Amino acid sequence: MQILQLKETVAFMSYRKMAMVFSALLMIASIASLAMNKLNFGLDFTGGTLIEVGFEQAADLKKVRQVMADNGFGDAKVQFYGSSRDVVIRLGLREDVKAEMLGNEILAILESGSGQKVDMRRIEFVGASVGDELAEQGGLAMLTALICILIYVAFRFEWRFAVGSVIALFHDVLLTLGLFSVLQLEFDLTVLAAILAVIGYSLNDTIVVSDRIRENFRKVRDTLPEDIINISLTQTLSRTFITSITTLLVLAALFFRGGELIHGFATALLFGVFVGTYSSIYVASLVALALGVSREDLIPEVIEIEGEDQEQMTP
Amino acid sequence: MLNKYPLWKTLMVAFIVAMGALYATPNLYGEDPAVQVSGLRGVEANLATLDTIKANLTDNNIAFTGIVLEKGQVLARFNNTEDQLKARDVLDDRLGKKYSVALNLTPATPDWLAAIGGTPMKLGLDLSGGVSFLMEVNMKEAINKAKVGMVSDFRGDLRNEKIRYRSVKENGNAIVVKFRKVEDLEKGQSLLKKRYQDLLLTSDEDTLMLNAKMTDKKLKEIREYALQQNITIIRNRVNELGVAEPLVQRQGKKHIVIELPGVQDTAKAKEILNATATIEFRLVDTEGDIGAALNGRIPASAILLREKDGKPILLKKRIMLTGDHITDAKSGFDEYSRPQVNISLDSAGGSKMSNGTKSNIGKPMATVFIEYKPTDRRDLEGNLIFEKVQEVISVATIQSRLGKSFRITGAGSQTEAHNLALLLRAGALIAPITIVEERTVGPTLGAENVQLGFQAILMGFGLVFIFMIIYYRAFGVVANLALGANLVLIIGVMSLIPGATLTLPGMAGIVLTVGMAVDANVLIFERIREEIREGKSIQQAIHQGYDAAFSTIIDANITTLIAALILFAVGTGPVKGFAVTLSIGILTSMFTSVVGTRAVVNVIWGGKSLKKLSI
Repeated sequence: MQILQLKETVAFMSYRKMAMVFSALLMIASIASLAMNKLNFGLDFTGGTLIEVGFEQAADLKKVRQVMADNGFGDAKVQFYGSSRDVVIRLGLREDVKAEMLGNEILAILESGSGQKVDMRRIEFVGASVGDELAEQGGLAMLTALICILIYVAFRFEWRFAVGSVIALFHDVLLTLGLFSVLQLEFDLTVLAAILAVIGYSLNDTIVVSDRIRENFRKVRDTLPEDIINISLTQTLSRTFITSITTLLVLAALFFRGGELIHGFATALLFGVFVGTYSSIYVASLVALALGVSREDLIPEVIEIEGEDQEQMTP
Repeated sequence: MLNKYPLWKTLMVAFIVAMGALYATPNLYGEDPAVQVSGLRGVEANLATLDTIKANLTDNNIAFTGIVLEKGQVLARFNNTEDQLKARDVLDDRLGKKYSVALNLTPATPDWLAAIGGTPMKLGLDLSGGVSFLMEVNMKEAINKAKVGMVSDFRGDLRNEKIRYRSVKENGNAIVVKFRKVEDLEKGQSLLKKRYQDLLLTSDEDTLMLNAKMTDKKLKEIREYALQQNITIIRNRVNELGVAEPLVQRQGKKHIVIELPGVQDTAKAKEILNATATIEFRLVDTEGDIGAALNGRIPASAILLREKDGKPILLKKRIMLTGDHITDAKSGFDEYSRPQVNISLDSAGGSKMSNGTKSNIGKPMATVFIEYKPTDRRDLEGNLIFEKVQEVISVATIQSRLGKSFRITGAGSQTEAHNLALLLRAGALIAPITIVEERTVGPTLGAENVQLGFQAILMGFGLVFIFMIIYYRAFGVVANLALGANLVLIIGVMSLIPGATLTLPGMAGIVLTVGMAVDANVLIFERIREEIREGKSIQQAIHQGYDAAFSTIIDANITTLIAALILFAVGTGPVKGFAVTLSIGILTSMFTSVVGTRAVVNVIWGGKSLKKLSI
């Protein structure tokens, strides 16, 4: 079976202006949203206390809020988590109480307030310093990853491809962050992990395309770099699609079956894979082209061996 | 001939997959309820313990399926949880306080598998349930204490050598000694230089001051020691909790991770972990005027503290003994059946105590309990600010010259004596610690997570399986074989590596690897199709397809591996689990999808003259 049967080369690069404007607009929108809405950082980064409890019957959020407020926790955010029996209560960092004792205290309050048995599902407490350190480390991790990848790709290919792929990665990360900012989805540690996985995935795609471009530069002669890129993109297109499909299939499984805890993770990856596929077609190769990639840059140097010609002349 | 592997290569592939499968099998067996008995504070369970346990179980008609002595711990397995609970109660009762008895779930790996090192994967706390803490060591206090110690050491040294000085004081990271004469300054400097090589000494003859600064190396040593000491103490405390397979590990420069699987009563765990207390023994200042002290006129040689009932008391500033000399503390009863605490000291502590008490018989001595309670405030460097809470927990009259072992009576009720002994025993910390992060996962959520993770993996697998068969037909089946082998290898490797833990994000990592692992095969198969379209022979096409795709696959996987390794380096807990499965998955998938599928393809199609290929 085949999904795409392309007889002709698709002129991807003739749409490059449109792609450039499109990407630029999305990136600006992401930056704007990140600047204005910020990210909805989860407990991992902000610090605070989170308690997830399971009630025997469907919980009445209003009543839970009332019980919390009556006991001096008026600032508690109470939400359903996954089902109507699971409730998550979030509290900011507090100065007056021993924060690490808060979880057990609230559990007791809920049990006595609701009159039913409350099942402790999860308590998380994160101090302020941990969150700050984590944000710093997370940012550092992303930067290190990008730099290491830049070095590897520059070493294996050419600096123009390296710059192209890193810009593509930056593009993907930025747009994914933008999505989380626009929709105000919770950004926790698993989402950070997902974004690093997006880096891995998108890079995978970019490398496959770059590899083909390099191969074609060596094989196909007397053709404009633009056309070579078009040919390479067309040749790898069906692979790009199929891999995206299989990855999206498993991500869909994670999204629908993985449970509430990895919802953010699956969301980030689903979106990241979309963007990553697009960016490996447009962003990476476009940057390489704009930087003036040419045949000479990719042909390995020919080493002339002395006396080689002569031997051929004497049969 | 094209597309034929030598036999050894095919066999090697089969062998590797078989080994993976072998080491993955322990995960198929369930877990036995068990009871784990381990010694406390240096006591190790031995063969005698084993016999006692056996005898106790038989006497009480509790059937056990196995009992072994391993690494100073005795592990007894049972048929059901009922027997397990009964056994715990019996053993807890009979074995006394030298041992901790913990409930445990032990993998029911058959002996022959265990003998070749087969163990099931370790589950992270988000899957098994339990609590994890991240604790921060207060390094500032560690350095402060070192400085205070140095000040008194300096004074002692100078006094012993009869070098006269005006004052010894702390000043930032340095100690400043003021002398009266230039000769004293010179003598002092050469003395201190000899004794303290890790200090930077500078002197100023005009002001007659000697400045001793701690070197960076010295500061680092102090921090390192504070961290190590805390880890040791926490290990002891955790052992007292009686948790099966706890983990206490340093993380970075000032953090300690503690994982207690299966613990649900986190309140008790926290109380014990959080009790960062030290003990100091001081003489009571009987001459000072308490009334004047309460009005702010505290004598220069005294400090004003309060007793448990709030009564103010004046103590001598000089510390007779600090808690770090305590080697053991037990609660018990004295001749009049009053609760008491018996304390043993190390030899240095013994001679200090002896010197301190010999001329003070009949005078009252106070035991000061010092707790560092974390506040929510932070200093400029972002470190938590600790509040020092000092309380006099007992005032006892020195009956005789005290030595290496002595006792404190009047510590209150029996429970209080017991608690005091526990705190004293757990050691005195040079640097206080505080819980900065806590994650508790209830058992129901853990079990649910396992189920969800498995469902997601199965569903992801199923979808990809179906897609590949529809799209690549016979070759799709080969790719699916590789996927299956990949999963088996991931599980096998995860089970073999001792540090690898399976977490919920880790399971997501497996799902993701499935999606991405087929990429290598897609690359190869698409290439083969291309070559066939270009009119190459079938065998040529297969050969070319694998060849041309190879370097692409390597490049693509190595870069993903870079991202995964960085995630591993900075991540903790569940995220680290994700990085682990992702890294392992990348490596195993490269093997199965390139070498593995090639072996199968070669066996089925290789070397034959074919007109059509089912791809």
